[in-house]
Amino acid sequence: MKRAFPIFAMLTAVLLSYALYEALEVAPTEQTMGNVQRIFYYHVPSAWTAFLLFFINFVCSVQYLVRPNQVADKVANWVTIAIGIAACIAAFVIRPLPANIEPSSVATTGLAMTGLYFLIKKYFSPENTDALAVVSAEVGVVFCTVVLVTGPLWARPVWGIWWTWDVRLTSTLVLWLIYISYLMLRRFSTSSQTPVLAAALAIFGALDVPLVYFSIWIFRTQHPQPVIGGGGSIDSRMLQVLLINWVAFLCFAGLICWSRYRLEILQREVEETQALEALLEPRSSR
Amino acid sequence: MNFLYAAYTATWIIHIAYLSILVQRYRHLQREIEDLKKKPGLGA
Amino acid sequence: MNQVSQTASPLPKSPPQSSSINSSPAKSAGVIGATLAKDLRLEWRSKDAINSMLFFSLLVVVVFSFSFDPNAEESRQIAGGLVWVAFLFAAVVALNQTWARELRNQVLDAYRVSPAPANSLFLAKALGNFIFVAVLEMLMTPLFIMFYKLRALGPAWQLIPVAALGTWALVVNGTFFAAMSLRTRSREIMLPLLLFPISIPALLAMVNATTAILTGELSPRFWIVLLTTYDVVFTIACLLLFELVLQAE
Repeated sequence: MKRAFPIFAMLTAVLLSYALYEALEVAPTEQTMGNVQRIFYYHVPSAWTAFLLFFINFVCSVQYLVRPNQVADKVANWVTIAIGIAACIAAFVIRPLPANIEPSSVATTGLAMTGLYFLIKKYFSPENTDALAVVSAEVGVVFCTVVLVTGPLWARPVWGIWWTWDVRLTSTLVLWLIYISYLMLRRFSTSSQTPVLAAALAIFGALDVPLVYFSIWIFRTQHPQPVIGGGGSIDSRMLQVLLINWVAFLCFAGLICWSRYRLEILQREVEETQALEALLEPRSSR
Repeated sequence: MNFLYAAYTATWIIHIAYLSILVQRYRHLQREIEDLKKKPGLGA
Repeated sequence: MNQVSQTASPLPKSPPQSSSINSSPAKSAGVIGATLAKDLRLEWRSKDAINSMLFFSLLVVVVFSFSFDPNAEESRQIAGGLVWVAFLFAAVVALNQTWARELRNQVLDAYRVSPAPANSLFLAKALGNFIFVAVLEMLMTPLFIMFYKLRALGPAWQLIPVAALGTWALVVNGTFFAAMSLRTRSREIMLPLLLFPISIPALLAMVNATTAILTGELSPRFWIVLLTTYDVVFTIACLLLFELVLQAE
């Protein structure tokens, strides 16, 4: 296991360099936007990675709250399976899908969510699930920060504005704010039940973001405004470069999460040992 | 074009900053582990 | 001893058969009513919180009026946002107050061991906060109307459901997060840090609904529906999760 890390790290470095080369040199120049459009190859993969990480945090939070209670645990299992099946059915039944989403990606996302839920459940004990929650929240915030910084840097030369309150940008900003408040709660809480409180907050966040997205979407369809990074079909060569960059950033995120996770577990062990030592101290100093 | 380089640079600055924070925390932890090892009766 | 007499116990007098108490709606309503009455009685008796809140609300209105001095036409466009931001700040100060008092008198521990269901306590607290913040709003509104020369061009009566739904949206999450913040350092700043991001869709709805009614240009119906959805979703979430927050030591 110890040797896998440096190998994986080198592989990721190579992948990232290759992805950068592809983004800067190989990908065709966009017609209207020019070379600035290449920011897209960093902006979108970071967004997808951030959303994946926040989703992992959500799953960990739900599991942490639900596992102690047998009934709730079973209910959660069935709900997750139902969501996976519903996504597959909806993908092929609802026509046409909003915002040009492909049916296959909806189905894959649904199945991936279900798979992720059970994978985490199998390989992480309740305490480690909480550690994973912290890790995914932190790394997710880092990637989300990248999204919020590269977004305006792309918008300014292309549309002349740094920011607009369109659906995607606003939802991403709210998500970022919610997870920063999550990390602050973790840091400032003096309760021994911090994981429980944080998990509750994560669930509130998960309820909130769809509301934000939906409300702004309806509002903007009534009052059209500039949509940054608008939908529409994408050139297949561009798609290829996009996917290469996404895989590279996913590996990079995996690397960071792995390190952060080991750090978190180590930190918890140290804290436990320190607490134990504080208990033993008065006796041994005599 | 400047915006393109700015965006890429900003991305890596953010990632490197976070990784440096992690390295710092790790070093701090290592020091605490050394301190704990020195205490009698715990002999990790 | 002083503490016990000051917080006249709202607990039902029946023996602690937790399951039967938890499942009886009549008893739950009893608990809610008793706790609410206790809180209101305490507020009325102490009056210091009310006085400081009143003065704070007045100050907020005056400061905002100095900062933005629009004519009648412009003020209809921006008043929605200004008023709700002012209400938001007043609500945060009020929310911080109510739980802090509970903590001072260790009433929280009494709540935890009581057989009363956590939901009832939450609802009682939330209703008490709602009444408190609503009173503040009713006092601040005439001042705003006066300073900003406001006159609603749309159906003004619709402002009442908007205000009620919006205030409940802030208060229900605010009560929940205030309870969560009790076990943190920097308690007072923690509440707005947690509350503001989550409240963004509700704030969007409140402000847009108010502006729509004031300017009379658009229908506020969509925003009222959104506010109602928000209220329902988060009230249920708070009721389900409050037990966990209460028990967290």
